[in-house]
Amino acid sequence: MDNTPALIVIAPLLAALLAGLAVWIEERLSYLIALTGLAISTFSAVKVLMQVIDSGTIQYRMAGWAPPMGIEYRIDLLNAMVLLLVASIAFLNLLASYKSVDQETNDRPGSFYTIYLLFVTGLLGVTATGDLFNLYVLIEITSLTSYAMVALGDRDRGPLASLNYVFIGVIGASFYLLGVGYLYLKTGSLNMVDVANILSGIHGSSTVLVAFILCMIGIWIKMALFPMHVWLPNAYTYSPVAFARIVAPLMTKVMVYVMIRLMITVFGFDYVFETLNLADAVVWLATIAVLAGGVMALSQKNLKKMLTYIIVCEIGYMVGGAWMGNQLGMTGAILHILNDALMTFALFLAVGNMVYRLKKVDLPDLQGLFGKMPWTMAGFVLAAFSIIGVPPTCGFFSKWYLILGAFEAGAYHFAAALIISSLICAVLFFKVFEICFFDPMSEGHGHGDSHSHVTIEEAPVSMLIVSGLVSLSLIVAGLYSGTIVNTIILPFLK
Amino acid sequence: METIISIKPLLAVLVSLFVIPVLVSSSSKPNVRESWIFIAGIIKLILVLSMLPVILEGKQIALTLFEFAPGAAIAFRVDGLGMLFAIVASSLYIVTSIYSIGYMRGLDEHGQTRFVSFFALAISATIGAAFSANLLTLYLFYEILSLATYPLVAHHQDETSRISGRRYLTFILGTSIALVLPAMIYCYHVTGTLEFSTAGIFADQLSKPAATVLLLMFVFGFAKAGIMPFHSWLPAAMVAPTPVSALLHAVAVVKVGVFSIVRVMTGIFGVDLLANFNLGVVVMTIASFTILVASCIALSQDELKRRLAYSTISQLSYIIFGVALLSPQGLLGGVIHIVMHAFGKITLFFCAGAIYVATGKKYISQMSGLGKKMPFTFAAFFIGAMGVIGLPPAGGFYSKWNLILGTLEAQQTIFMVVLLVSSFLNAFYFLPIVYKGFFGKSEEEEDGGPVKIQEANLCLVIPLMITAVISIVLFFYPTVFVNLIKTGLGI
Repeated sequence: MDNTPALIVIAPLLAALLAGLAVWIEERLSYLIALTGLAISTFSAVKVLMQVIDSGTIQYRMAGWAPPMGIEYRIDLLNAMVLLLVASIAFLNLLASYKSVDQETNDRPGSFYTIYLLFVTGLLGVTATGDLFNLYVLIEITSLTSYAMVALGDRDRGPLASLNYVFIGVIGASFYLLGVGYLYLKTGSLNMVDVANILSGIHGSSTVLVAFILCMIGIWIKMALFPMHVWLPNAYTYSPVAFARIVAPLMTKVMVYVMIRLMITVFGFDYVFETLNLADAVVWLATIAVLAGGVMALSQKNLKKMLTYIIVCEIGYMVGGAWMGNQLGMTGAILHILNDALMTFALFLAVGNMVYRLKKVDLPDLQGLFGKMPWTMAGFVLAAFSIIGVPPTCGFFSKWYLILGAFEAGAYHFAAALIISSLICAVLFFKVFEICFFDPMSEGHGHGDSHSHVTIEEAPVSMLIVSGLVSLSLIVAGLYSGTIVNTIILPFLK
Repeated sequence: METIISIKPLLAVLVSLFVIPVLVSSSSKPNVRESWIFIAGIIKLILVLSMLPVILEGKQIALTLFEFAPGAAIAFRVDGLGMLFAIVASSLYIVTSIYSIGYMRGLDEHGQTRFVSFFALAISATIGAAFSANLLTLYLFYEILSLATYPLVAHHQDETSRISGRRYLTFILGTSIALVLPAMIYCYHVTGTLEFSTAGIFADQLSKPAATVLLLMFVFGFAKAGIMPFHSWLPAAMVAPTPVSALLHAVAVVKVGVFSIVRVMTGIFGVDLLANFNLGVVVMTIASFTILVASCIALSQDELKRRLAYSTISQLSYIIFGVALLSPQGLLGGVIHIVMHAFGKITLFFCAGAIYVATGKKYISQMSGLGKKMPFTFAAFFIGAMGVIGLPPAGGFYSKWNLILGTLEAQQTIFMVVLLVSSFLNAFYFLPIVYKGFFGKSEEEEDGGPVKIQEANLCLVIPLMITAVISIVLFFYPTVFVNLIKTGLGI
């Protein structure tokens, strides 16, 4: 049996344990171990994706136990894509983190890397697993590590944000667990495919309905769908930058993946869109989430916090697309998992560079930043364009599918919300650009040399390279969206 | 129609893009930097012109880069219309580059490397828009152009430019996201394609109300065309250095707006559909309103560049007006006005900039008697003004002539009156400047001092002489452009 699928998840897990132990020998060793673990994981994820594209779904039995008794990893095109996304972002972020983690942990980075690896293990496991209860366990691993990470962050605000996150996170997890309990009660199984087979005969059951709703609410809390988002902005703002950079792009996106997995694989399209009559309501909720996220972002005075509200807004995009009930909307939602992860990552990388130099990123702190950190700002601008949806960046193409899906479903309110949110994002980012571009200190026309004495104070090269690469990948992903849709998303939805 | 696959359109777009890193790296050596601009500009023009013979034979040049969904691709297709626009933009780019050296160095502006880099990006996007094969590609370059020109408009980085920059983006980016984007996606939703074709992409999938709404979304959404009430970004954008106003806000940016509207009307809706639904009159009414109101506002402006800006707003609507006539003569007159107005208006802007550099004067009321000091500049100004008013022997006469014939052909006599009234207004706001310049008395004369010729430096004067001369040449030899329009629109 080929063990590559397991390796994706096991490698960072083992690395986490080793990194924890390595601290006693040499603090810096933990960084190398983490890097190796994630490199193996990324490499395996590439291999698995290729394999799935070539020869279809991989079923991997943990320790050889057959489902429904044993835990099964079931990797199809969708989670192969998300696995690669998670592993590669975690790896790239680690490359960019070396200096900033030192800075933020007072040169004691060992424990940070351990928790970081456990967090990534959790995310990868959530994505790979084909078992509902295993999914719960892994979500909890992810969540517990995030609580710890947030508490490691800002000395004053971090612990409170973390506590808040713990309370709401636990509630979310309980909802999901309760839902799985109901499902188990009704079907006697925890394997996703097995449950799906049994469910197809009992669509009318009210137990199944309750199970579905509980699961969904649990997942929505975890993904911060408005109005269940209140934990997110503070938790992400006050966590260490190196962690914010990975949790912001990945955590919510993986939860969206879980939602889509439950909708498509476990409960099935027919159940969700034909037996139940919820789709319209959820699309409305998503519409409100998109608008509310945008409006709340407008009122923020701290760049990092502003970006966290944009995440709330983008969650609305994906939920709305997934619940549109047609192939175009679902394509948009899945494509947006990829695109939004990349663009949020690019944004937070740029913010990480700024924090490294400026220490804090309240909007007035950013004055003259185009002159001081030109490369960082170039990356930031590209990512911002992608969020606004300027072609050929990838944000445009997922928006294209989402709006097209909304037109097909007749959900014009959702299409309108997407357009309005693009406008809001344009305002938001140009507000930032303006602050960075204009220099209120200089009076008059600015002829001659008055501007030429800006000293460039860029972030370390390791951070710049990653941030530049990821920002460029936004354009590449945009130009090749056709390929992504045709080789991964459409075959998956067939 | 025969189609040739070639990489030339892509190269023509990318030349200016690839030169940007070179420009940035040679920022401490202005002469080296400037020579690279010319090398790139000339290569671009050669690439564009090398496609001309093929296009004139009635063939098209195509290249598909990325197809992301059936019917929605990033692709180039060079036809007569695109060729016409590309020739205008890329040839004027070279002239403007000469001018811009004189202007930027004459005023010792800051951030010259940033300026030339974004200028190159803007011209890349313009050529991209000209060669777009479909609405998606056009939209892509349209947006890139909006964003690339923002740092140029806000170049001075002071409070005025901050406010103008804000207005610039609000109107241009705002309308394109709020109106064009949904309209475009709706078109794709209905038809499954966005490819331009002279027959239009809608068979009979559109009802008249839907077609009207869509058309209006496009006409107002491409706000770079300056249709009222989305015009006020253009006067605001005049805070930019004059080379920007000259090339971008008289030629490239505004005409990408007009060009987009023309493409949508002729390539997405198709002349026949518009005629069936009688939508030409709707657009013509909107355009006429803009023509007349903008001309009246221009009369009251004392700042020369603002007067030129309002004149541009009014002239852009001529082009849309002509196309909305939906008759062969009207289409010809409208589209060729892209060329004629470009050369006329860029001359006028060059003059305004030359006057500013030489004397620091921005207001028309200060320019009395200035023609004696700057005879070449004012002579060129006169020729440019004739071109815009539509007097022979300047090229503008040719387009106005065809527009008026077009109104007769389409039996829209009332609209002919609009053209005539507007021409009078044009004369009223331009000719007094020339008259006072040559025959008015300057401050020195009133003090009894002698008048010496005191032109701006040669880098400024030569370009405006070149464009003035071309304006006249175009009156006698418009044939190439006429043929391009005829092959492009199949008329």
